[in-house]
Formats: sequence, C-alpha cells, structure tokens
Amino acid sequence: MENFTPVSASIGGALIGLSAVLLMAFHGRIAGISGLFSGMVFSEAGDRLWRLFFVLGLIAAPLVYWLVAGERAPFDLQAGWPLILAGGLLVGFGTRLGSGCTSGHGVCGLARLSPRSMVSVALFMAAGMATVALIKPLIGA
Amino acid sequence: MARHLVALLAGLVFGLGLVISQMVNPAKVIAFLDLFGNWDPSLAFVMGAALIVTAIGYRLVWRRPRPVLAERFQVPGNRKLDARLAIGALLFGLGWGLVGLCPGPAIAAITIGGAEALGFLAAMAAGMLAFELFDRRAARRA
Repeated sequence: MENFTPVSASIGGALIGLSAVLLMAFHGRIAGISGLFSGMVFSEAGDRLWRLFFVLGLIAAPLVYWLVAGERAPFDLQAGWPLILAGGLLVGFGTRLGSGCTSGHGVCGLARLSPRSMVSVALFMAAGMATVALIKPLIGA
Repeated sequence: MARHLVALLAGLVFGLGLVISQMVNPAKVIAFLDLFGNWDPSLAFVMGAALIVTAIGYRLVWRRPRPVLAERFQVPGNRKLDARLAIGALLFGLGWGLVGLCPGPAIAAITIGGAEALGFLAAMAAGMLAFELFDRRAARRA
C-alpha cells in the first residue's frame, strides 16, 4: 500500500469526468478514447476532424503539465520491446472488438449503467490483474 | 470551429486528468493491477471520481433537448451481451496488464514516454487496423 495517492487520483479522475461531461454537453458524444482515436481514420468523412482536435489536446496535456508544474510527469515502463508490441496489438484489437476501453466502458458506460459496460469492465479488470499476477514471476519483478 | 475548440479543450482536460492521477504512468497502473502483490488502490479512486462526475453530469446534460453544438445525443443503444464484447475485453485486459497502458494514456504518453510509448501507440494503431480488416471480412461472410 505504499505510494497510495488517493487525493491526486480523485482530482485527476474528476477532470476525466469533467471532460466526458463537456463532450456530451457540446458534441453529444461519449468520451471513449479507443473509438474516438480509431474514428480519426475509420469513421465517416465529416466525423473525423473533431477527433483529431481531441487527440491533440490529449497529447498536449503532459507538456502543459510540464510547463505549469515545472517537472515532467512520472513515466516508468518496465516491459521490454516484445511485450510492448504484443501489448499494443492486444489493446488496439481488443478495445475495438469489445467496443470500448477504460474510458468508454469504464467511465461513460458505467455512468449510464450500461450492462455491456459492466461486463466489459469486470472482464478487462480481471484479465489485467491475472496477467500481472502471472507475468510478475516471469519477468522477475 | 467552436466544435473543434471544445474538442481540443475536452482532450486537454482529459489528458491533464490522466497526468495528475498518474494513469499515464505504466508503473502506477501495474501497481493497481497487482492485486495479489504490493497493491496500490489509487486508480480505483480515479475511476470512482470520474464515474461520480460523469454520472451526475450526464443526467444534468440530458435535461436539455440536444447538445449545444450538435443535432442529437449519440449514446450507444446496443444492449446485447455477446462473444465479441467478452473476448475483446479479455484481450484488452491482457494487453493492459502486459504493459500498463490503455488507449488514452497510450496517446498522451507519447510526449513523455520516448520511443517505447511511440512503439506501443504504433502497435495499438496496428491492432485497430487489424480489427477493421477482420470486421470487414466477417461482414462479407455474414
């Protein structure tokens, strides 16, 4: 339980919620990042450019934080290249097949009390926890 | 233009949430998923707070007849619990546990995460492309 940071976690979470509410209030859209991102290419013409602007905001955020806070946000990735590439492929394919990720199902879907999102969150949480439990001994962490 | 500015702002606020909560830090995510090890429950607070704000905010927003800058609210209507939903969630969870990045943080991290973050994002985009190809083949067969 060391490194437990409930305050910054709650503030950050509230901002994520605020963003989801903004997008619903102004665009009428769900803030599901996997669908929003892939839709930059795979949605109909005319439904793409706003997605690019959202993604640009997302990419700018760590830089804005860096400027304001005066320090780079912590980023510590333990996995090696084979796991990075395999993980990326699985996250990309899996989120599209399952129609959403941590944001679309985990925040927006649960907030709507969607049964599909409840199933999705239970499964990806369980799979994530099982994966960490299994690979930790393998990579010696 | 207003639509794009709002989208940019929403993306920025979302990204700041990811950074401040450290959801963008793979080690923090892995520590949350490490339920049977040295568990750090912080990310449950990220989701909890996001959920409370969104649940209340959505209900206030839906009192309006339509969004401020769009014709209608587009909320997924699919209620079917099918194999795609389940298998997709399991594959996603597997990849999430291997690296500690989900789609939002994977995009935001490219400015702080170096070559590894870029590599993950490229692989994620390839996975999405693979899904589109798979989905079109499946649609042709059906």
